[in-house]
Amino acid sequence: MRQSNAYVIIFSLILTIVLGGLLSGVSQVLGPIQKEAVDLDTKKQILGAIPAEKAALAEMTKEQILTRYSEVISSEVADYQGNVVTTNAKGEPVVAENVDIEKNYKKPVEERLFPVFKYSAEGKEAYIIPTYGAGLWDAIWGFVALAPDLETIQGVSFDHRGETPGLGARITSDDVQQRYQGKQLYNDQGEFVSVEMVKGEKTPESALGPNRVDGMAGATLTANGVNAMLENYLGYYQNYFDKNVRNQAMTMNIDNN
Amino acid sequence: MSTETLEAPVVKEKEALLSKRRKKFVTDPLSDDNPITVQVLGICSALAVTTQMKPTLVMALSVIFVLIFSNLIISLMRNAIPGRVRIIVQLAVVATLVTLVNEVLKAYAFDMYKTLSVFIGLIITNCIVMGRLEAFALGNKPYDSVLDGLGSGLGYSWIILTVAFFREIWGSGKVFGYPVFEAIGMENFATNGLMVSPVGAFIVLGFIIWIQRSKTGYVEH
Repeated sequence: MRQSNAYVIIFSLILTIVLGGLLSGVSQVLGPIQKEAVDLDTKKQILGAIPAEKAALAEMTKEQILTRYSEVISSEVADYQGNVVTTNAKGEPVVAENVDIEKNYKKPVEERLFPVFKYSAEGKEAYIIPTYGAGLWDAIWGFVALAPDLETIQGVSFDHRGETPGLGARITSDDVQQRYQGKQLYNDQGEFVSVEMVKGEKTPESALGPNRVDGMAGATLTANGVNAMLENYLGYYQNYFDKNVRNQAMTMNIDNN
Repeated sequence: MSTETLEAPVVKEKEALLSKRRKKFVTDPLSDDNPITVQVLGICSALAVTTQMKPTLVMALSVIFVLIFSNLIISLMRNAIPGRVRIIVQLAVVATLVTLVNEVLKAYAFDMYKTLSVFIGLIITNCIVMGRLEAFALGNKPYDSVLDGLGSGLGYSWIILTVAFFREIWGSGKVFGYPVFEAIGMENFATNGLMVSPVGAFIVLGFIIWIQRSKTGYVEH
């Protein structure tokens, strides 16, 4: 059976309209639910940077996670110079949780917004900062929890979009993330060096020292991406820490005197 | 079936809902005409998603859903689809269904969405789906097409779940994320890294095909 061109075109048009309408309808209905899911996922990742919280997360329901988050995390946003800002370049109010790190990553560093999440629970404190960079295949990102001394990593949570399962994708595993716990951002001379993941695996702890972590066999390029991401973002936040944390600590000391 | 008006009325006995002929639509793809091991279709996703059982199950359910509904829709439209653009029509229908699955996962199972998103998208190009539409749904009635889709979907599912079972238990020492070896007291079970990489899937799949063909006596011509 051979149909006329007009039939083919009209059939295709109707099909496109019906299917397109169906899809946009579904996306309208599911949109808010998806937004909630993304929001919950971000909060889980932020909390997950704290090892003790991460262990508890698996057992928690959605509501418990959101409650816990609002109890222990307070947040603010800084600009590149380290000043706390409440509005973005267009004058709209900014919320740390809603700052899209990926979109900011595409802007020049000086124009980016830098959210900071302060963790405070049961007497323990930490600064959780977001990081973002490029892995081997696609984006990688994560959150790093720094102890109040701003030199020691308490924990990290990494995620990725397309790293190789079993190789680079291992950055999401507890096994790899635990390697960062307790590592130092400064070397013995007091210089900022970030924490570097070495090439090759099963390096003895004694050979690594406080500024390096064991690598992932077969995933050196992903590790390089993680290294660059940590160095960049931990570096960017030094302005914020200088102005808002270290400075304050000093003034507090003077007060005490 | 009111949609059958276009067909010439054939005077014949009403077929049972699950007649012998129809049962074959479902059972054939399970073994004798399995999409993966005999037709060797859908290998890409069989290798990619089978490192763990849980995402594999979600993938299997998604493929079953897409297969059944694309078969149904194409079969309902089969007399209206212009022959010259039928492949594009099939693709449009499959792509719409796959996007639906992806959107629903994103809303209700975000963790699964993160692991599977890329592969769910690839169902669009999964040869099993297109193959069934071309080979079956275009020339058969809706109900038969649904059964055919279900059969192929189940045939695909049991293979990838079996592969995932062996890959997860040897590669990570777990079944559905549950550490079985620790549970029976083998704390330091040495996991096999090969099983986690796609090569592991090839090996397991090879064994399944070997066992199956030695039983069914199937040979390539």
